[in-house]
Amino acid sequence: MAAYEFIDHTFDVVVVGAGGSGLRAALGAAEKGLKTACITKVFPTRSHTVAAQGGISASLGNMGKDDWRWHMYDTVKGSDWLGDQDSIEYMVRNAPAAVYELEHWGVPFSRTPEGKIYQRAFGGMTSNYGEAPIQRTCAAADRTGHAMLHTMYGQSLSKSVEFFIEYFALDLIMENGVCVGITAWKLDDGTLHRFRAQATVLATGGYGRAYFSATSAHTCTGDGGGMALRAGLPLQDMEFVQFHPTGIYGSGCLITEGSRGEGGYLTNSEGERFMERYAPTVKDLAPRDMVSRAMTLEIREGRGVGPKKDHIFLHLDHLDPKILAERLPGISETARIFAGVDVTKQPIPVIPTVHYNMGGLQTNYHGEVVTLKGKEPDSVVPGLFAVGEAACVSVHGSNRLGSNSLIDLVVFGRAVGLRLGEILKPGASQPELTAAQTDPHVARLDRFRNADGSTPTAELRAEMQAIMQEDAAVYRTGESLQNGCNRLQALWQKKSDIKVSDRGLVWNTDLMETLEFENLIAQAVVTVESGNNRTESRGAHAREDFPDRDDKTWMKHTLAYLDQTTGKVKVDYRPVHNYTMSKDIDYIPPKSRVY
Amino acid sequence: MAELALPKNSVVKAGKHWPAPGGAKAVKSFRIYRYDPEAGGNPRWDTYDVPVDAVGPMVLDALIYIKNTIDPTLAFRRSCREGVCGSCAMNIGGRNTLACTHGWAEVPGKAVQISPLPHMAVVKDLIPDLTIFYAQYASIEPWLHTTTPEPANEWKQSESDREKLDGLYECILCACCSTSCPSYWWNGDRYLGPAALLHAYRWLIDSRDEATGERLDALEDPFKLYRCHTIMNCAQVCPKGLNPAKAIAEVKKMMVDRVI
Repeated sequence: MAAYEFIDHTFDVVVVGAGGSGLRAALGAAEKGLKTACITKVFPTRSHTVAAQGGISASLGNMGKDDWRWHMYDTVKGSDWLGDQDSIEYMVRNAPAAVYELEHWGVPFSRTPEGKIYQRAFGGMTSNYGEAPIQRTCAAADRTGHAMLHTMYGQSLSKSVEFFIEYFALDLIMENGVCVGITAWKLDDGTLHRFRAQATVLATGGYGRAYFSATSAHTCTGDGGGMALRAGLPLQDMEFVQFHPTGIYGSGCLITEGSRGEGGYLTNSEGERFMERYAPTVKDLAPRDMVSRAMTLEIREGRGVGPKKDHIFLHLDHLDPKILAERLPGISETARIFAGVDVTKQPIPVIPTVHYNMGGLQTNYHGEVVTLKGKEPDSVVPGLFAVGEAACVSVHGSNRLGSNSLIDLVVFGRAVGLRLGEILKPGASQPELTAAQTDPHVARLDRFRNADGSTPTAELRAEMQAIMQEDAAVYRTGESLQNGCNRLQALWQKKSDIKVSDRGLVWNTDLMETLEFENLIAQAVVTVESGNNRTESRGAHAREDFPDRDDKTWMKHTLAYLDQTTGKVKVDYRPVHNYTMSKDIDYIPPKSRVY
Repeated sequence: MAELALPKNSVVKAGKHWPAPGGAKAVKSFRIYRYDPEAGGNPRWDTYDVPVDAVGPMVLDALIYIKNTIDPTLAFRRSCREGVCGSCAMNIGGRNTLACTHGWAEVPGKAVQISPLPHMAVVKDLIPDLTIFYAQYASIEPWLHTTTPEPANEWKQSESDREKLDGLYECILCACCSTSCPSYWWNGDRYLGPAALLHAYRWLIDSRDEATGERLDALEDPFKLYRCHTIMNCAQVCPKGLNPAKAIAEVKKMMVDRVI
């Protein structure tokens, strides 16, 4: 093996990922006087947060009366009662302050005639515990993620965060169950780096690219999740993958739920606004898992549109063109480019598309990664934090409401910074890193760099994506899930025959995509195994062979551990927190989830 | 002494021709700039024949097809594939644009010619070094400056004041504009370029910002702002339909207004 040398760095905090949650966590840590590094494989404003469209939820009450308790109820119900209610309370109570903080940093929110932040209606957001849709989603036209991420990056330039841009994180450095840092590969010169840190924060986003069609960017490969699994940590609730109702048919590009919030609606081949049947109260603003199921059933029952009758229409053509230009200019453009549609005149062809991963690294509401240790389900993993889509706090449970992700990023990004300020002493001495800790990381990189099998990465990746698309779709059956497990097992074995063509170290995208593939397939395996294991339907996990929610047996979080050598998954459980954070609100007991 | 020819190590040589896989007949040729920093040597043009039925409509679809099916060593930046992240900015058919929103069928010429953003150091293949571009952006202090104590809730901003940010805040920092500007080519180390200046204007006219004077002070310099000669390539190429030249003109007006 060629001799690889490390360039060493020491920080108090290392944040991996510079999207919304990573930037907020890094800013928070730096503010507490901690020497903070932010490592990112893409330039910060390229992170997928930039593509978020509809808005960020908070009970500001700018459009009418609102209450954090209503937001809490909506989120608990949206999660189909799998969310931890202490974390949910933390999120919704801190939401208004988090939004005001963003605005104080300069986010160009759209405005009401009074000059306040404009809020729009969104799926599952209601007034008075489910009475009627409410306008709770704060928006910057339909480019809210772009507005937020660019503002946060600008803000981070005024603070003392040290960025390491276009460094690909390889693995967690663990010592006796404690995370002491990470190894990374610098793309523009091929050097390897060791980052020693008192705390490592994983803010690496989701793994949508495990599927063939997703709204996700090519870079959404769940690198943090892959690193955690390789370090022997479990991932939680991986069976819950959200299909967004309105991805453009063909390209998979996202059309925001905000388009329905501004009055848009879905129709089938009979021109019927079918959501009136499935969710009489909120109609097209039902939670995403329900709308995706409704669309899938309509298509299955022969009422799809188009020559193959395989998608649905989203109508915005009845809306005032001035409103479309002011509130939905981004998706008007996207629909024109990717569907050839003028939204003022024609409907947009849409289909449920993979969009978000509710599952991830389990944390408490401080962002500390916790795990099952013996009988203790909330045992903190020292030195390791997770935040954003990479984490599973869990505030979204088995289904996330739209606009709850952007608020998740900043509330828990801030929480991580606060917790780090509490537990870390700036400049505290850290043990030396050893070669034994990082030799396996280098060996893995070198193995893939020189891989000379017969199947190129792109082929194996395409196979994985097809398996996930077919066997872990909106509706699953025991048969499809078992089939997926078997097919992925076979694919796992084929990994050893992978072929990488580029042997270099400078910007070797062939190698990078191969490392990303290894992260993706690990999470794909864990997703289908967890899905196969959970014999009920809840939130986004819809089993045709087990169509009902079964709180008696399944009111618990799935934990999935992956054996790297065999590709076999071991499943365990953690209880759902059946308590709130404070006495200001009681635990909301499970009931039937109808809208 | 002016250098009128390309440095010898920048001259692009002829490269390899890669025929379409499976011997497909209906193909579109892509002539792509390649440079391997680890092999050294000169850059070259490689030509790839892509079967038209096997690939999506955008240039990025073709690049990904080429990478997945023909030559995995081809390196380029990409992420969102929907025209919002700015990663895949490159020179396509002689014009700077985003590969993911540009249809390859619309590119004039027999072959679709693809090269990195002009006049930037090339790291590898289609990947330019954008360090100075990002540093210029940082230098205009792209964050809200206020001295008035923050309100408990949001700063109020009227709808008409918010409208002034339209056409500015949407910039995705793709660098198509700055790297299409001849003035930026010749003085890219001292002229801030259209993107950074558009962002300077974005903060100058944000009604909440209270550092207008300081921001304009920072542009009082023969090069930072005033190398703009209204060439207008920036407005022509912006893939988001923005007009950096107009923003720059507005900044120049503000500079004049405060002296009169």
